[in-house]
This record gives sequence, structure tokens and C-alpha cells, in this order.
Amino acid sequence: MPKRVGMEVSIAASEAVRLANVDAIAAYPITPQTHIVEHLSEFVANGELDAEFIPVESEHSAMSVCCGTSAAGARTFTCTSSQGLALMSEIVFIASAMQLPIVMILANRSLSGPLSIWNDHTDVMLVRDCGWIQCFGENGQEIFDLTLCAFKIAEDHRVILPFIVNMDGFILSHVIEPVELLDQETVDKFLPVYKPVYRLDPDNPVTMGAFAMPDLYTETKKAQDERLKASKPVIEEIWKEFGDLTGRYYSPIETYKAEGAKTLFVTMGGFSETASTAVDMMREEGEPVGLCKIRLWRPFPFEDFWKAVKGVDTLIVIDRATSYGGPGGPVASELRSALYTWEDAPKVVDFIAGLAGRDVAPGDYKKMYQRAQQRIASGDIAGYEIYGVRE
Amino acid sequence: MPEYTRLIHNYLRHDKKFPHVWCPGCGNGILLGSLIRAIDKTGLSKDDIVLVSGIGCSGRLPVYVDFNTLHTTHGRALTYATGVKLAKPSLNVITIMGDGDSMAIGGNHFIHAARRNIDITAIILNNSIYGMTGGQYSPTTPYGMRASTAVYNSIEQAFKISELAVTAGAVFVGRQTVYNAKLLDNLIEKAILKKGFSVVEVVTHCHVQYGRQNKLGSAVDMLKWQRDNSIPVEKAAKMSPEELKDKIITGILVDKDLPVYEEEYEKVRERAKGLA
Repeated sequence: MPKRVGMEVSIAASEAVRLANVDAIAAYPITPQTHIVEHLSEFVANGELDAEFIPVESEHSAMSVCCGTSAAGARTFTCTSSQGLALMSEIVFIASAMQLPIVMILANRSLSGPLSIWNDHTDVMLVRDCGWIQCFGENGQEIFDLTLCAFKIAEDHRVILPFIVNMDGFILSHVIEPVELLDQETVDKFLPVYKPVYRLDPDNPVTMGAFAMPDLYTETKKAQDERLKASKPVIEEIWKEFGDLTGRYYSPIETYKAEGAKTLFVTMGGFSETASTAVDMMREEGEPVGLCKIRLWRPFPFEDFWKAVKGVDTLIVIDRATSYGGPGGPVASELRSALYTWEDAPKVVDFIAGLAGRDVAPGDYKKMYQRAQQRIASGDIAGYEIYGVRE
Repeated sequence: MPEYTRLIHNYLRHDKKFPHVWCPGCGNGILLGSLIRAIDKTGLSKDDIVLVSGIGCSGRLPVYVDFNTLHTTHGRALTYATGVKLAKPSLNVITIMGDGDSMAIGGNHFIHAARRNIDITAIILNNSIYGMTGGQYSPTTPYGMRASTAVYNSIEQAFKISELAVTAGAVFVGRQTVYNAKLLDNLIEKAILKKGFSVVEVVTHCHVQYGRQNKLGSAVDMLKWQRDNSIPVEKAAKMSPEELKDKIITGILVDKDLPVYEEEYEKVRERAKGLA
């Protein structure tokens, strides 16, 4: 039985990348991603990881290098946050279109301005439609596990797509948690050497990143969309395989105390643990509440979501990004859309909370629950409310 | 009122933004002092000065001063500054950047601003490392020095910022250490008054990241190193490359005149309007 060791979550993440035996890492420093990349550079320098470590001069170059190494057939990793993601976003879209199975950890941080280094989900929502597989982890163990699985999923020949593992900046990246690592032998069995279908090879030349005229562009986009959607069963299969190996099972949608619940909170990432505490607290007080955690954000797991919320009266969504002038936070908008054709769809009450490191404590969930009752009673559930604004 | 009190009251947002974020002993504060003394000597009005910064320890500097200030994205201070200068050429535009800011992510902007000869003063704080993010090596980390992304020491060659600026076409280029603060005052004053793209490379120390990782001692030790390794450009002209290895050549490296971008731009406008 592997031992649980206390370590910073960033170190656990870099351990996963080391165990995955990546071939190439390209990154540029940005808070709060730095510890992951620093540890990886140390592994490479110490000879503990036989990889090319390429510290580039910007994130745009980081993702460009990643596309190059991945296209050449190397298992490739990068890591960024916030402004870094914004700068690399041009190439992020190209990586998925070119089917390059790069794995990226995103230490989620708010976007400037005002300049802030703290945690929310505005950065990942910027690239919501980039065509990468995107999932969220809520603690150090999950980040370690999901990162390892990410390589296997991304490189599976039924998938071959890049993968973002979202890890909340600071509230995950910089905390010390007990994490159970795997040994190299187990990982090697689970995650064999990457075998690309196509790669840049002088002996067998291929064209990557070609130009598409209007007669082809639409077809490539449809193919890309279908490929991303078709990755879902593979994701589930590999998460199941990982669960059988370690006893830690992951699902696209996970629930906590949802049985008999009339109201479900909906969260993504690190907030889910606080929300669980809040649910415990409120259940003790007799409130019929539970929690629905979205682990897989892209491809969005519609069927699983429908199953999880069936028979529930209300969903209280905690959005951690704003869609200025839009219908609601990105998560709530998506869920409303997913429920649109349902006759007895649960009411979706949207709160935008926890922006740029603003704390959302268990008591806040209780307040949001009460506020949601008020909003429902007054018929004011369209749109969204930015929670906890100091007036 | 003593002179320094007058400067503080006149130029610093002393009642709002302090304490500052810099580590005790950091050279950024010395540069801040030099900058406000130099601006004071030029006699320019505070309202005619725009201070633009990028991201990093240097990026915080405009926050503390009472000019028109603009704190922008990483590496892009010069692009914002170019926009400001073209929109209102009468303003005196100064950028504050770090070595990572100006040489890595913003390196392209830097060489093109120099080539274009737009009337901006670019002050670059060179501490040889990414200080704020935790001591990763930057394009100015010298070969063989340690950083948190180069634990067996850097295997790359460093950019020489001032020499790069000269080659890229800047009309005024000077280098000085924060140790020689008085000389730095004079250099910054000249750079601000110069028409065209002028660069001041400020050699400073990051004893917390660069110093600690390379066992270079305290801030005072690193300031002494600056004192003992600075060679004025006039003296350096008579020395061999071997003698100049690892030395800091200080003073004005170039001071020449070329057509200034915004003036040339104005001429084009007038021609297009049929006025000239």
C-alpha cells in the first residue's frame, strides 16, 4: 500500500509529470504556476527525468514549442496561469485543431485588470471553446491522479487531443496536503510509452497545420467537435482503469449527499471541498441540500448531469467568472442551456462568487441558500447575482 | 522643509500606496529616488510626465509616484507607451521595465522601439533574474550563475542590454549602478531630456533571489560588488576585453541624433493634408 506523504500540491503535480516520464517541457514563469515548473527543471537537471526542459521567453513561445515537440512525437507538458494563458491562447486553439496531445496544468488565477494574482476561473473560461479536454481537481490527490490520467487519455488513439487539468491557484497550488504517489513501475504499466499516430518524421513526411479553404474548414471543425465529444467514453474508461488500480475512482459528474436533496449546489474545483462541509452543516440543520461537482468541463457530460439533477427542485450554481452583460456566469448559462428542453427542469439560481481569491466559507453557502429561497419566492431567478459585494 | 521631504511630498503617493512591496535592501527604491530627483531637476511638470510599467518587481514603481501612471501587462510597457506618445506627443513618456520584462517577453518591442526612434525614455532595472516569481533565470542571468530553473547553473549567454540597445539603434544609451545613485540621477536626467529613444540600464541587485541562490551575500555586499566592478566607459575604452570581463561599463555608451519618429510622423500627416 503506497504511503500518503505531506507535500505541496505543486510538488505532487510535478511528481505526476515526472512519473509520466514526459519528453519535453516548455514554460514561462507566472505566479502561481512557478513551483511546478521549478521542480520539473530540477528533476531534469538532476537526471531524474530524461526530458528537454525549454524555458522560453513568453507563454506564446511555450505553447508554440509544445506544438513542435508534440508534433515530433514527444510526450509534452506545459503549465501556466491567467495572463500566461491569455498570451498563449492563439496557439492553444491550434494545438487542439492539430490534434497534439499536450497536457497542461492551469493554476487558475483571475485575469487582469485590475491586476490580481489570486484564484478564480476567469482564465480557463477565456479558452472554454478551445477544443481541449478540460477537467477540474479539488485537492492535491486529485491533481496528481488526474494529471497522470490526462496523458493516457490525451494520447489514446481514439482521442489524440490536448488536455487541461485545472488546479485552483494558491488554494491548491501552494497548500501542503497528504498525497499518495504511485511508484514508477505501476505508472509505466498504466501509461506506456507514447506512440503517436502521425508525427513529423523526415522518412515519412506529413503536413501538419495546413491551410483550409472555405470548402474544407467546416468539415474539419465538425470532425474536431465529434472527436472531442467521442473522447468522453474513453475518459471514463481510463478513469475506471485508474480507479481499479488505485481505488480512487473519478467520474465526469460527482455528487455528495445528493440523495433526497431538493437543492444541489453546483461547484467546480477546489470550492467543492468547502461546499461539502457546508452541505454537512446544513444537512445537520435539516436542510435537504446536496452537492453536484462538475469534474469534466469539456466535453460537457450532459447525460451524467441530467442523471445527477433528476428530481431536484433547485440548482445553486457557484460561478467563478463573469460574462459581462451576458445571461449569467459561464457554468450557469451552460446548465440552463442543458436543461432547456426539460419539462420539470430544476430552477437554476446563479451566484458569481469567489472572484480573485475572495473567500467563500461554508457559512456563505448557507447565505446563498437563503438568498436563493428569496430569489425563487420573488420570481427573480433569471440572470445572476454577484455574491458578497461590499456596498 | 528639507529637500528630501519636499521631494517626497511632491512626487510620492506617500499617504496612499505605502508601504511598498519591495524587499528590504532592494535597489528598486534607490532607482525610484534617482528618478524623482532627476525629474525634479528637469523642471518638467508632473502632469506632463507619463510613467508606464510592465509586470514584475519593477512594475510596481509607477504605483508609488504622483505622475500620470499606467501599469500594464508583462513585457508590453513600450507598446502602451508608444500609443500614449503618438496620441499626445507633448507628454514626456518614461517606461520602467525589468530585465525579464524588457528582454524576454517584451524583447521584440524593445528592439523595434529603439529602431523606430520614438521619443520615449526606457529605464530598465537589470537584476539578472525574475525576482517576483521566485528567481527563475532571465535573459540577463550571466552564464554559469544559478537560478531556480537552472539549479546546475545557467548554460545560456546573457543579453547585454545597453549594447543591444546601441545595436538596435537607440540614440541615447547609458548604464549605471544603483550604488552610484548620484551618477544615476544625472544619467536619467539626460535621458529624459534627450529627443528620441533613450535607454538607461540600471544595474541593481536582487539579494533575495539572485544573491541568495548564488551566495553573493547581503544587499550591502552586492552594492559593494557594484562599486568595485564598475568601470567608466572612458576608462573601459583603454582596456582589453579580458580586463573587462564581468565588469559593469558605466556612463553614456551612445549619444547621437536621428530623426525622431513622432516628428517624422507629423510631417507625413502634413504632406497628406497638402499642407507641406
